[in-house]
Amino acid sequence: MSDNPRTPDSKAVAFRGGGFAPKPRRWVGVLVFVLLIAIAEWGTRTGWISALTLPRPSDVLDTFRQLYESGLLFQHLAPSLSRLVVGAIIGVSIGISVGVLIGLFSYIRSGLVPLVAAIFPIPKIALLPLFVIWFGIGEGSKYALIAFGTFTPTVVATYGAVDNVDRTLIRMGQSFGLSWWSIVRKIVLPGAMPGILSGLRISLAIAIILLVAAEMLGAEYGIGAYILEAGSLYDLERLFAGVVILSLLGVIVSAIIGVIERQLLGWRT
Amino acid sequence: MDIRLDGIGHSYDDFEVMRDITLDIPSGQIVCIVGPSGCGKSTLLRFIGGLERPQIGRVLQVGDVPAGCLNPLTYIFQDFALLPWRSVSGNISLVLEDHGIRGEAAKAIIADVLDRTKLSDFARALPKQLSGGMKQRVAIARALAVNPAVMLMDEPLSALDAQTRELLMDDLVALWQRQPFTSVYVTHNLQEAVRLGHRIVVLSRRPGRIREVIEIDTPISERSWGDKVCQAKHDQLWKLMRDEARAADAELLHV
Ligand SMILES: Nc1ncnc2c1ncn2[C@@H]1O[C@H](COP(=O)(O)OP(=O)(O)O)[C@@H](O)[C@H]1O
Ligand SMILES: [Mg+2]
Repeated sequence: MSDNPRTPDSKAVAFRGGGFAPKPRRWVGVLVFVLLIAIAEWGTRTGWISALTLPRPSDVLDTFRQLYESGLLFQHLAPSLSRLVVGAIIGVSIGISVGVLIGLFSYIRSGLVPLVAAIFPIPKIALLPLFVIWFGIGEGSKYALIAFGTFTPTVVATYGAVDNVDRTLIRMGQSFGLSWWSIVRKIVLPGAMPGILSGLRISLAIAIILLVAAEMLGAEYGIGAYILEAGSLYDLERLFAGVVILSLLGVIVSAIIGVIERQLLGWRT
Repeated sequence: MDIRLDGIGHSYDDFEVMRDITLDIPSGQIVCIVGPSGCGKSTLLRFIGGLERPQIGRVLQVGDVPAGCLNPLTYIFQDFALLPWRSVSGNISLVLEDHGIRGEAAKAIIADVLDRTKLSDFARALPKQLSGGMKQRVAIARALAVNPAVMLMDEPLSALDAQTRELLMDDLVALWQRQPFTSVYVTHNLQEAVRLGHRIVVLSRRPGRIREVIEIDTPISERSWGDKVCQAKHDQLWKLMRDEARAADAELLHV
């Protein structure tokens, strides 16, 4: 209140804002990986971690190299990727369509939301024998399992996203005489895209989990078959090599979705 | 094309919003609707544009839709209602695409309406890059693109700051002078009503009824803030509104 800046006890106002707004820090993620692997390597070399507890990272890398050089890597990877892609495309596309229908129609909503809620918590792996009976032991049952597993989270994410589309935009579309189909295509779907894409992250991670489960039954080649075989022999190096492939797959899928998000959602503030 | 409201009344459940509204909106005039908040102005505008149906009464379209009019009853919303994922020109082409207007024909219309709203330099900008005033000008450009017979404006300037509001008001006046349009203009700002309206309809508090219709004969181009006639009309409106607004306010407290 005084004009004199040097009043008896003046002090700076304490800062209490900031935080609650994480920003991307590029190399920290990589650093965490490197650090964990370095600890494991150091621990197994010094004998602080016994070879039975954890394989040595350098040995895992060596196994991986052998896998690559023998050409086995692609023999396992190719069928796995095709199962993942086909299964996920089926599950996600049906999931988005059903999710949009649930988001738009009262009867479909009332009819299907309880059904989806009933299906969601079923561990899809438990249904694998059923799928084998329905679709055969070949690729069909594997596609079905992955498709079914990605379907439910996609449906839930999609109808939630459709619910959140700004209704004033839909009224605007109607007021300009846009057709129903135009409103769905040009207003509802783009408006729901952020929610659908974040649901996709979850669905595709589940797809990778189910891929392994599907391949543990009646598959000669595939990452899952490879891991299963290594596991039954307690060959930890190979087991870990397989697990690393799955992790990399997860990281790549997540990165691809990140790219799509940047492409499609640049309009968000 | 004129619009006639014939004895409109409506209730949401037991909650009567408006009663017995009969009103003519003649072609080429701007009819302003003022009234305390919650008296049903937005609801009435939704009835006029066919976005909602009144329980009692009818909204009539008198006469033929003028030739070349793509969307006779066209809204301008308070919150702009622009698609954030489309550019300025994309937002305008949105309302042309469904009428089969694409390519060069669409480009010509878009260029024309952007020129009329002084937005030509921003055709490729996304809504998030625009200020509030510019967003509303995009919405006006979009409305002009479909060549409306009647523009339905629901507090189009209320989301803007005072300076932007002045500028946009001048733009609206200029647009009307260039090509007189028919409009129902809902506002709670009496100055806007006095500046733009040929007729000003004062609604009572809920249930909204027409309390008074005030005509202003001064041509829109000759009105200005200091103007004696405008000031007198403004004071007259304020006297009518004050008691309604106060009563409406007190009512909200009692809910
Ligand atoms: N869809 C609706 N359902 C129930 N009540 C509504 C609905 N729309 C508006 N109302 C009520 O009707 C009254 C008039 O609303 P509105 O037309 O938006 O008023 P104004 O635009 O004049 O402020 C308000 O009290 C509002 O709560
Ligand atoms: Mg309103």
